[in-house]
Parts: sequence; structure tokens; C-alpha cells
Amino acid sequence: MKYTSLALKRPDELRFGTAPKPLTTKRGMTIGGGLVYPELNFTLPAMLVNAATMPEVCRHYREIITGAALRAAELEAPGLVVEFETVPPMTENPAWGIELTKILLDGLELAHAKHGLKSVLRITPNDTREMDRPPRMRSGQFWDCMIETFDGCAAAGAELLSIESVGGKEVNDEALMACDISQVIFALCTMGVRDMRFLWTELDKIAKKHHVQLAGDSACGFGNTAMVLAEQKMIPRTFAAVVRAVTAVRSLVAFECGAVGPSKDCAYENPILKAITGYPMAMEGKTAACAHLSPVGNIAAATCDTWSNESVQNIKLLGGMAPTCYVEQLIYDCRLMNQALADGPTAALLYQKWMINSDARLDPQAFILKPVCAIAIAEAIVRAPNHYDAGKAAALTAIRLLREARSVDAVKIPEREVVWLDTMEEAIAALPASESEFINQMLGLVDTTKFVAKDYELA
Amino acid sequence: MSEALQQLSAAVEKGNRNEAKRISQMLIDQGMKPLDIVEQGLVPGMAVVGEKFKKNEIFVPEMLIAARAMKEAMLLLEPLLVKAGIKPKYTAVIGTVQGDLHDIGKNLVAMMWKGANIGVVDLGTNVPAEKFVAAAKEHNANIIGLSALLTTTMPSMKSTIAALKAAGLTGVKVVIGGAPITQDYANEIGADGFAPDAASAVDVVRQLVAA
Repeated sequence: MKYTSLALKRPDELRFGTAPKPLTTKRGMTIGGGLVYPELNFTLPAMLVNAATMPEVCRHYREIITGAALRAAELEAPGLVVEFETVPPMTENPAWGIELTKILLDGLELAHAKHGLKSVLRITPNDTREMDRPPRMRSGQFWDCMIETFDGCAAAGAELLSIESVGGKEVNDEALMACDISQVIFALCTMGVRDMRFLWTELDKIAKKHHVQLAGDSACGFGNTAMVLAEQKMIPRTFAAVVRAVTAVRSLVAFECGAVGPSKDCAYENPILKAITGYPMAMEGKTAACAHLSPVGNIAAATCDTWSNESVQNIKLLGGMAPTCYVEQLIYDCRLMNQALADGPTAALLYQKWMINSDARLDPQAFILKPVCAIAIAEAIVRAPNHYDAGKAAALTAIRLLREARSVDAVKIPEREVVWLDTMEEAIAALPASESEFINQMLGLVDTTKFVAKDYELA
Repeated sequence: MSEALQQLSAAVEKGNRNEAKRISQMLIDQGMKPLDIVEQGLVPGMAVVGEKFKKNEIFVPEMLIAARAMKEAMLLLEPLLVKAGIKPKYTAVIGTVQGDLHDIGKNLVAMMWKGANIGVVDLGTNVPAEKFVAAAKEHNANIIGLSALLTTTMPSMKSTIAALKAAGLTGVKVVIGGAPITQDYANEIGADGFAPDAASAVDVVRQLVAA
């Protein structure tokens, strides 16, 4: 474990807009340096992406960036983070992803030249390795194309590199459906950690080559899948909350390999990572309801350094094209946060308290994002000698926090969900002390035909 | 329904696989027809589970435990059904359309359909239209289930339905679902049904095949 102590030890230090290790971009935006910046993400309307539709795809991206950057300039945003999260064909065909990156950069360059708008582009290629079943995680056509997309986009000028990597998802999906916390720990802290180490070491080479930044990963396919399943009442919210705590162990590996933030917007584990690393974080909440519902709309903003809408289709709304409307919403959200910051720590903490208290009691997933909880989970992680123990410790800490909070009516947990806290605790208590023993045990339990053990250093 | 069949239903409902196997074997030994054991014992048990799930009284893991109990009992019954030449009344081919890798929703629907004694052929994710066509022909499917989670893969549903029609598979009922999918979209692309969630997927199919 690279991090053995916390960068932020007190809950009142863990707040929006400020990070101990801010990141200054080439255009002079200092993320985590006292301002929260809007981070816009977008996608295409319902359409196929192929060679025949690429001219139309390009037209959409040109329209998106022109409209959004103009509105950001009109509203005098102090800066704009734009995330280009590709869709799979744009990663499978790196030339397309690179072409669209250039279109977005041209649009941002023009807005800077005309209006002085500061901006930075985050590129998030898809983790297309899972297109193969079982996925090849370290070689093959999908790996090559993904790396080529990263390299080409970084060369073109995308300054922040991110991904929602999927190593371990082969096991995690079924573990979530079965609410099996032991298999979740195996997926995230054994498989995920090994994959992240390999992947982010490779990405670090690209970042160094092109003088760009490793921003961070997200356990989207893990923690957010759990969150969505809980929102649909398929799995208990207590289970999703505990899974969220464990995801921090996996996402931390990006920082162990050189990431400097802002970590990915959809990584709701970011408050824990901010407490550990001190780097700035992107977050999304109420203004991302265009992409998915969540129980953490306000509290997610409590520790953010960029504030994102996750994704919105380029469709016409009454106010204009949706990305333009959403950049406006994000800018107003940020103005309010930045005004609170400008009025001093007391005002910022009061505003943060409202963000926290308006959500925390209503859902266990919101509750564990409270700065005091994030720090407790972070502390449990950095005290652990390895990622396996860190996963167990994060889960047990989340379970303890939820149980204590329920006992004083600080969080609403229905009776039928309480039993899952006991189930998870018993399962973790029964896990072996050593990771090697744990791996042997898990390899006998999970469906090993779904992944290539060698790619996870498990064979 | 006999007391033993009621006990079998209850065993499935509680996810008690040992009990489900024991009672199934007992009924086989007593000479009850395997199809009756399935339709009057196992399926009603899973139907109760499906209803509870629909009413948010249980979670998926509890439903999985029940499905596992039914599956274990089916291991005893399936060879007998095959020997007697009995197949499920309906067969469904299901998959996530080309370009899309999401499979949790699709897996849940497959599980619900199996619980309703619908034969399910799961083609997995990222399935091209021609594979749906080939599987529908090979398995003489009554139902095709198409899943998509991305706006950029929704059009693959349309092309899959077009391919099924072009192949002459006009009698097969196509049900679609996934986060961005709506009834309007189902109407627009010529799907026969839209399942807004896994819990309603059985009802949608029952209505379609009864029509």
C-alpha cells in the first residue's frame, strides 16, 4: 500500500473546492485550488456509430462543443472541464476517437481565442477489453485499440486521462446479484487491484510521453451498478453502501500508479480517495439525473472539485441543445459553491452541512459519503497492510458506521435490510487471514470460465 | 393440488433446494408425470417468488436462491421430460444486441422466464442480428428478447427486428427492454412488446403468446 496515512484527517478539512494537492492545467485552471469548476459530459442521441455515420457524429460533437463553450463564456465560468467519454466504436476505431478529440479541442481553442474561456479536456476511452468473452486484459486487438486511442488523444492535446476500467467485473456482476460480499472483495481487491496496477502503469507511460496528467479511474461498473440495482430495489441499499466503501480500495490504485486527479465524476468513492490522497476529485449528483438517478444528489457535491452532469444526449430541449442547458446548470451549481467558498470557511462549511444533512439520513449510500464516514473508511484502508485486508476493513467500517447510525436514528435503514449487515459481517469474519488462501478459496467458488486467470496473475 | 405439490412449491419459495429435490424425487417415485411436477409444483413456487419480487418484498439474491432450488429439482426432472419428448411450451432466445456488453438486466429476465417454465437460449452480449436469426430458427423460438443499455446500441434492436422479419420469422414475438427503451420506441421499431423491468417480463410474454 503506497498510502499509509491520510492527507485529510479531519471532516472539516474534507470539503468542496479545496484539495491539499491541487492540479494546475496548461490553461491555468487550478483544480482543487479554491474554486469548483463545471465538468460537462455528453453523448449522442440514439444513432449508430460507423463509417457511414461518422460525418453526422462529427457534426454532433462540433455542435455540442460550440454551444456549450459559448454558454460557458457568456456565463463567465472561471473555467470548463470537458469530458469526452467515447462510445465503444470510437475506441475500437482509434482514428474516430482521435478525430472527435481534435474537434472538441478545436472548439475549446476557439472559445479561448474569442472569449478567453479557460478549459481542459478529459479523455475517457471505453474499456473495450470486455468485448472479448472471456476478456483478454493485457493483450489482443481490444487492448491495442484502447491504448492507441489513449495515445492518440493525449498526443492531440487531451490533458486528463481517465477510464472506467472493468478488471474484475467478470466476477462482480454475479456477486452483486447474489449479494455475496466475499466475491465482491475478490472482484475488487484481488482481481481489480491487479488489473488496475497493470493498466495504470501502462497509462502512466502515455501520460509521461505526452506530458499530460493521469486523472483517475472509477468503479462505475461495480459500485454504480450496485447503486442502480439498489435504486431499482433489486438489492439492499445497505449492500450497495458497503460495496461503495470497498470500491475505494480498487480506485485508489490509479493514484498509487501516478494519478493526480481530478478523479472520475462517477466514482462516488472519491471522498474516500480525497481523504487518502489529497488530490482533487470530480463528482456528480443532482445535475446528473439526466444520466441516472441516485440517492446522493446533494451530498455528492460536498467534497467535489469539479461538478459534472455524467452524460446527456445531444437532443433539443426547450432551452436549447441539452449539453448547452446542462453546462448552464452546472455553472450555476458551481457559482453557488464558489460564492460560499468566497465568503470564507464558515460559509463554506455551512453550505456543505446543508448538502450533507439534506441527503445523509435518507439512504445508507448517502450516509457513508459524509466526510466523517469517508475519513473513517479511508483510515481503515490506509491502516491495512495490503489491498485484501483494506477491502475487508473498508467493508467492516462501513457496516459499523451504518449500524451505529441506525441505532441513533441517524440513517433510515428498513428492518429487512438490517439483516444484510449481519450477513455481510459474518461472511467477512469467515474469510481467511491470508490473501493467497482467500484466492484459492475463491477460485473454487467463482465461475473461472468467465475470466483469464493468467491476466490477473492468478494462474 | 396435492399436499406434496404444495410442499414442493413452498420449498422452491423458501429456496430450500434439498427439500425441493427430495419432494421431486418422491413424486417421481410415486409415478407422477414429470410435467405435472414442474407445472403444478415448481412453477407455482417460482410464481409466488416473482410476485413477491414485483411487490418489492424480496431482493434478487432471495429470488436467485429460489431459482437455484428449482434448478436442482429440474436436474432430476429434465432427463425424464426429454425421454418423454416433452419440451417447454414456449422457447425464448435472449441476448444483448450488437455493440452492447451489459448483461445484468438480460440475465434477470432469462431467470424469470426459466422460472415460468419457458425454455431459454441465452446468446450472451454483443449479439449480431444474424446470430439471433440463426438461434431462433435452430430452436424454433416463440419469443426473442433483446436488451440494450446504450443510446448508441438501441438502433441494433431495429436492425435485429428487420433481420428477423427478412428471414421470414414473422410469427416470433419480440420483446425489448433496457434503460433507454420505451414503449414508444418498441412501437417505432416494430417490437411486439416492451418489458420495463425484469419482474414484468413474464407477464409481457404471457400476454403476447396468449394473443
